[in-house]
Amino acid sequence: MPLTPAETIVTILAVALGAMVTRFLPFLVFPEHRQPPQVVSYLGRVLPPAMMGLLVVYCLKGVTITAKPHGLPELISIGVIILLHWWRSNVLLSIAGGTVVYMLLVQYVFL
Amino acid sequence: MEQRSKNPAFKALTAAFPHTIPVLTGFLVLGIAYGMLMQKKGYEVYWSVLMSAVAFCGSMQFVAITLLTTVFNPLQAFLLSLMVNARHLFYGLSMLDKYKGFGKIKAFLIYTLCDETFSIASSVDPPEGVDRKGFYLSISLLDYGYWVFGTFLGGIAGTYLTINTKGLDFVLTALFVVLFLEQMKKPENRIFGIIGIAATVLGLVVFGANQLVLPSMALVLILLLAGRKILCR
Repeated sequence: MPLTPAETIVTILAVALGAMVTRFLPFLVFPEHRQPPQVVSYLGRVLPPAMMGLLVVYCLKGVTITAKPHGLPELISIGVIILLHWWRSNVLLSIAGGTVVYMLLVQYVFL
Repeated sequence: MEQRSKNPAFKALTAAFPHTIPVLTGFLVLGIAYGMLMQKKGYEVYWSVLMSAVAFCGSMQFVAITLLTTVFNPLQAFLLSLMVNARHLFYGLSMLDKYKGFGKIKAFLIYTLCDETFSIASSVDPPEGVDRKGFYLSISLLDYGYWVFGTFLGGIAGTYLTINTKGLDFVLTALFVVLFLEQMKKPENRIFGIIGIAATVLGLVVFGANQLVLPSMALVLILLLAGRKILCR
């Protein structure tokens, strides 16, 4: 533990404060009793699909396509998820299936 | 059982729980990894649990390990946390309406609005006859609990765990992929999903893996605002 207990607590609070500013700010700027501007309502409606796309790519940012295994475990597993979801449309089944395939691939196939 | 099934809080909890199972898996794995890493850097379990319970911001907590092992600089910690967590700004904008009128619990819902909780809460609605407030509170409470509990496990028992969990953290990627597919079921959502993917891929290619979030968010925002007139029709 390189920092003193007091320094550690202050650092934890600083990290928490940074995170909480980003979480609370929209709710403070657009409180319930005031109707938010139309553009904000529009963003609230269209941001979820866009952010879900961002999160998918964000999770895959560490994948290198140019070196082995060329992102194949991720590509195959996501393909499995899409097929499973198209077939059954069961959220948990698709997630479990894709994850199991990924684990098998990285543990046994692409070593 | 008859008694319990009539309790609205219990009903909300049981309705919410299945949606959070992938998060349970992912957060236990990553929480344990976090607790173990902190332990290795010389931080006892109560420190890692304190960080998880107070800051509750997954990826930033891993970044913060570096901050805890170098020179004390709280301002840098705050600014870095602002940047890494900037995507939450968009989650808040998306949840203004859903969390409306939730009164006292609203502060807790906002406090714990992480990627995973946002993905679920923005994609699913409570089933018929289930209390809305209780449903969203359950999702937030469960996800929060998984993370803190995972950290605790990693801090106390991490060194004794020998199961091969390699690749299990992919469960969170899978969660986002499936919730993305769920969003894509509505034809009017598709163009916005494509914008999210395209803008982030561009951000990744141009700015690299470590700095893609802010440019990608800016690009998403520009495209959504510029295209508002055309996309809204």
